[in-house]
Amino acid sequence: MRLPCPICGERDRREFYYQGAAVALNRPAPDADADAWQDFVYLRENLPGDHQELWSHDAGCGAWLVVTRNTVTHAVLGAKLASEADR
Amino acid sequence: MRVAGKGHIDRNSTVHFRFDGVEYQGFNGDTVASALLANDVRLMGRSFKYHRPRGVLTAGSEEPNALMTVGVGAGREPNVRATVQEIYEGLEVRSQNAFPALNFDLLAVNDLAAPFLSAGFYYKTFMWPRAFWEKLYEPVIRRAAGLGALSGAADQDRYEKAYAFCDLLVIGAGPAGLMAALVAARSGADVILADEDAQMGGRLLAETDTVDGLAGADWAADVLAELAGMDNVRLMTRTTVTGAYDQGTFGALERVSHHIARPDGRLPRETFWRIVAQRSILAAGALERPIAFQNNDRPGIMTAGAVRAYLNRWGVAPGKAVTVFANNDAAHRTALDLIDAGVHVTAVLDSRTDAQAQGDYRLIRGAQVCNSSGRTGLDAITYRTTSGQEKLATDCLAMSGGWNPTVHMTCHMNGRPSWDESIASFVPTAGAIPGMTVAGAALGVFSVQGCLASGADAARTVLQELGRSVADVEVPVADDAAYAIAPLWAVAGKGRAWLDFQNDVTVKDVKQAATENFRSVEHMKRYTTQGMATDQGKNSNVAALAVLADATGRGIPETGTTTFRPPYTPVPLAALGAGSRGKGFAPERHTTSHAASVAMGAPMIEAGLWYRPSYFPRKGESNWRQSCDREVGFVRNTVGVCDVSTLGKIDIQGPDAAKLLDFAYTNMFSTLKVGRVRYGLMLREDGHVMDDGTTARLGETHYAMTTTTAAAGLVMRHLEFITQVHHPEWDVRIMSVTEQWAQFAIAGPKSRDLVNGLVEKTIDNESWPFMACGPVRVAGIDARLFRISFSGEHAYELAMPARYGDALFRVLVKRAEALAGGAYGMEALNVLRVEKGHITHSEIHGRTTAFDIGMERMISANKDCIGKTMAARDGLLEDDREQMVGFKPTGAIKKLTAGAHLYSEGAEAVPENDQGYVTSAAFSPDFGHYIALGFVRGGAARHGDRLRLVDAMRGIDTVVEVCPPVFIDPEGGRVRG
Amino acid sequence: MANTLTLTATSPCYGLLPKTVGTCTLTETDLGTLTSVAPFKGRAVSDALKGAHGMAFPAPNRATGKDGARAIWFGRDMVLLAGPVPDPGLGDHAALTDQSDAWTCVTLSGEDAGAVLARLVPVDLRPAIFKQGHTARTQLGHMNASITRTGPDSFLILVFRSMAATLVHDLVTAMESLAARH
Ligand SMILES: [Zn+2]
Repeated sequence: MRLPCPICGERDRREFYYQGAAVALNRPAPDADADAWQDFVYLRENLPGDHQELWSHDAGCGAWLVVTRNTVTHAVLGAKLASEADR
Repeated sequence: MRVAGKGHIDRNSTVHFRFDGVEYQGFNGDTVASALLANDVRLMGRSFKYHRPRGVLTAGSEEPNALMTVGVGAGREPNVRATVQEIYEGLEVRSQNAFPALNFDLLAVNDLAAPFLSAGFYYKTFMWPRAFWEKLYEPVIRRAAGLGALSGAADQDRYEKAYAFCDLLVIGAGPAGLMAALVAARSGADVILADEDAQMGGRLLAETDTVDGLAGADWAADVLAELAGMDNVRLMTRTTVTGAYDQGTFGALERVSHHIARPDGRLPRETFWRIVAQRSILAAGALERPIAFQNNDRPGIMTAGAVRAYLNRWGVAPGKAVTVFANNDAAHRTALDLIDAGVHVTAVLDSRTDAQAQGDYRLIRGAQVCNSSGRTGLDAITYRTTSGQEKLATDCLAMSGGWNPTVHMTCHMNGRPSWDESIASFVPTAGAIPGMTVAGAALGVFSVQGCLASGADAARTVLQELGRSVADVEVPVADDAAYAIAPLWAVAGKGRAWLDFQNDVTVKDVKQAATENFRSVEHMKRYTTQGMATDQGKNSNVAALAVLADATGRGIPETGTTTFRPPYTPVPLAALGAGSRGKGFAPERHTTSHAASVAMGAPMIEAGLWYRPSYFPRKGESNWRQSCDREVGFVRNTVGVCDVSTLGKIDIQGPDAAKLLDFAYTNMFSTLKVGRVRYGLMLREDGHVMDDGTTARLGETHYAMTTTTAAAGLVMRHLEFITQVHHPEWDVRIMSVTEQWAQFAIAGPKSRDLVNGLVEKTIDNESWPFMACGPVRVAGIDARLFRISFSGEHAYELAMPARYGDALFRVLVKRAEALAGGAYGMEALNVLRVEKGHITHSEIHGRTTAFDIGMERMISANKDCIGKTMAARDGLLEDDREQMVGFKPTGAIKKLTAGAHLYSEGAEAVPENDQGYVTSAAFSPDFGHYIALGFVRGGAARHGDRLRLVDAMRGIDTVVEVCPPVFIDPEGGRVRG
Repeated sequence: MANTLTLTATSPCYGLLPKTVGTCTLTETDLGTLTSVAPFKGRAVSDALKGAHGMAFPAPNRATGKDGARAIWFGRDMVLLAGPVPDPGLGDHAALTDQSDAWTCVTLSGEDAGAVLARLVPVDLRPAIFKQGHTARTQLGHMNASITRTGPDSFLILVFRSMAATLVHDLVTAMESLAARH
């Protein structure tokens, strides 16, 4: 499996650390209700199909990426820097 | 028997090798199989389940029968295919699965018991009593049924892995693969051509075809010579592409030194390649399938293509009187080639009534072989025509049920092959592997001309996809005969007709599975074990499907296929794990004091990837406890020195540095004064503790953070997460400086004396109070001094550029010793911090909150931080949570151990009664007894309670008193001293 | 007592290098002062770097300068200045951090150098792809590394200081494997 780092180019999966669904981009306000926080910390959709994920290019440039990946075909459809991703 | 004038072997060489202790001769270029056949050895193994005598069935890596053990000693390798193993001078090969000897195997009685050993036998027979399985049934079955065995000793050979990249990977170097590689290479693409064989050329080496008027093998040699001379081509022989993976990644096993008599010890046995290719062309050819009939597994019966390969490539006639049994035209070549080489052909038996003879040989149309005879090798067959049964004396039967395209790799990413009625075979489904094009026989194109054209076509397609111009390469002229076949899977009749030779599965077994309602192909496979051997049913799966389809009244396409998974051929675990054994398992991180510590006799223990001194033994000390107690005494009474460089150090700079720290830590760092250090606690977003450490403010916008050794990488990534994902608008820069600084703890009542002997400007309690920090100069070099303490004593940490670490450590130890102290290791460090009630990841193990460790007041009310909201949720602030406490022994047994659990006195030690557990325990020389830290339900309010402590693992059952977790100097007078 | 104290510096590969096996030589390389330069938000460092040290601020995956004074791209928004003591003026534009002692720096050179690295490094180092002046943050074995091509057959390799022994072990093992094939 290979991921296209926007900075380094396409790299082997072993250089990356997987965080999970890209929900962290939308952290609830500190005073948001318990359900919002519960959703944010624990609940994930786990749908078959295109999926937004957070990966860290740990052994490369160190950038956090938002990767779009199809969980059925394993096709990687794109990656952008988390710092520049839509929120 | 060797045939004069045939074969691509070096007749000028003579190679001696031994099989089951007997010496034989062969030539360079021989495999064990070809050399044994040349020596008229037909019996090469015993079958897996019934111990039936078996000979070679094929001439390639799909061989199910002739599995052997190669070599002797620790590195001996079982289950090597005799058809793949090249011979070399001094090679030792042994047969497997026979006792006491190959030609007299006592376990052949299994064959007589065959009626009881059919499909599902194990499932039905050994179900009851359950307890018998592990002790009786399984060991007996394993001894009787099996393949070769490993030596049991550690393999001393080297294995390696490697990476390769290319525009185009061509898998298989037969006519299609060679042509594809040639077109792509001449067009300037970076090409890797990989073939599992020692010699490239594929079937061109095994047939008598001509290409552009040249012998096929000569044409292949010319193409290979051209390719070998090109910088953009890498030829990988003896390299099996074993799997196709995501995004154009392939696994490939290169057998580097299996063919070398006395390889250089530094040479790996195998290299496991990860090949990344923009595009791939699968030109893996096709595999010939046997026909099932009674006793079709006798040595001497092999595929027709194998007979031609032995004859044409190795100059070996596998028999003196050869019979051909086929359902297709292609197999008739076998008779022609044999006759041409002067070998007697008894007859060609063709199951088709309309078969045409292609030369001068006896053709019997509409004939089916229905039995064979011969004790350890074929001596006759019985065949049936409409006019009845005939017996025919023959010592070799060349059979062909047609060819199966090698579709395996196209199924590695969930693809399913499609049924092609015209060739009675499965063919690859287009697009099954992204970026892969299939060519030649693997696509179901069986003529040489067709393969050459198909290979060239595939290359053109790929080059166009890559946006490259295509070189003009003419496709050479070769045979273009049509492939004519009428399916024949199994000859009707009684007795056992073998499908899967390696797992001893018969037609009857498959039919029985269907009868017992295992009608799905996946169920049939598991019930009969069809296709579950190491060859994955390469020779037999399609025939077994056909038999199942017939038995269930469905068509073959409706019956479906099982899933081919990587690897295509077996890959040793040693190759997959190459580079990760011994020293390669993980990097060893050495501190700058490593050499000095080892020289002082300190046993080094692993702390993550780091190696740290456990203790520093001195003369007269007979166990580690004596050393540890002494080292604890240094710190409590004089001065001790310890390397703490392994703690994570992170440099944080920028206008928003304080914001980052306030958000990452529970407590405030924006209010910290320059030149001061503060203890900080970090939570995960779920409200549990992530890590702790101290952070110093070096300047208005400059902080130096420390983390625990274990969490250094985690915290670094976490801070990057905050600044890139949560707050990309902050202007702050983070840099790990763990490795830049050698940092030493100098701890104890005399620590300042030691420090003042080093620094250029003397310090005192006013200039360097507890939690002060700042720059100092030592020996003319800029250094950093922090007054912090993990031991609870008056202590400092001195940081210097790492190049001076070795020298500094030696000076510190010498000077500490002059003050009646010295170096201390991890054991003493642990005792000191347990005495002081300081936490480590034993306590903050992932399930503890700030509340649990009595630090809930460290979560600032004045700001948000990671984990703050979730730390306040219901259930995380209950009084009956397990809270951190200390323990003192009061029972008869005075030893306390980490991992022990706690129960009310008199309560049974069962999970329902669990009151908590011990996380850290140590013998305290200061108190003269064990002390411990741990967690107890509602522990903060239970100081003084007595609890039962049980460590079932170590057999400890005693009583402890719950106490506050800080044992020594709870008022903190010493650190301020 | 303090004024009489002298501390001797030790290099990360002290006692481990140089090593020559087959066509390849592995040597420790003293790059001089190492400083990570991480520009603050919206700050252009290139002019300051050019003015002070005569090197352009390298694009990602590139290194500028030459032996003695290089600027090696070192990660997201970060460059490693190797050689000169950084001009203090750079500190107005970027976070400067001394890294002089943090890295093991070695040079692998020789005909098989590329093949040796192909045993350990999961990135495409083919000469036409990874040219002189190209650099990569990647892995070497299990270690995070910075790899820069400094010549047709030579590479500058950096890993953490503490991993010097493992770096030498892994590289020498691969060098032996290649040498044994000749
Ligand atoms: Zn990257």
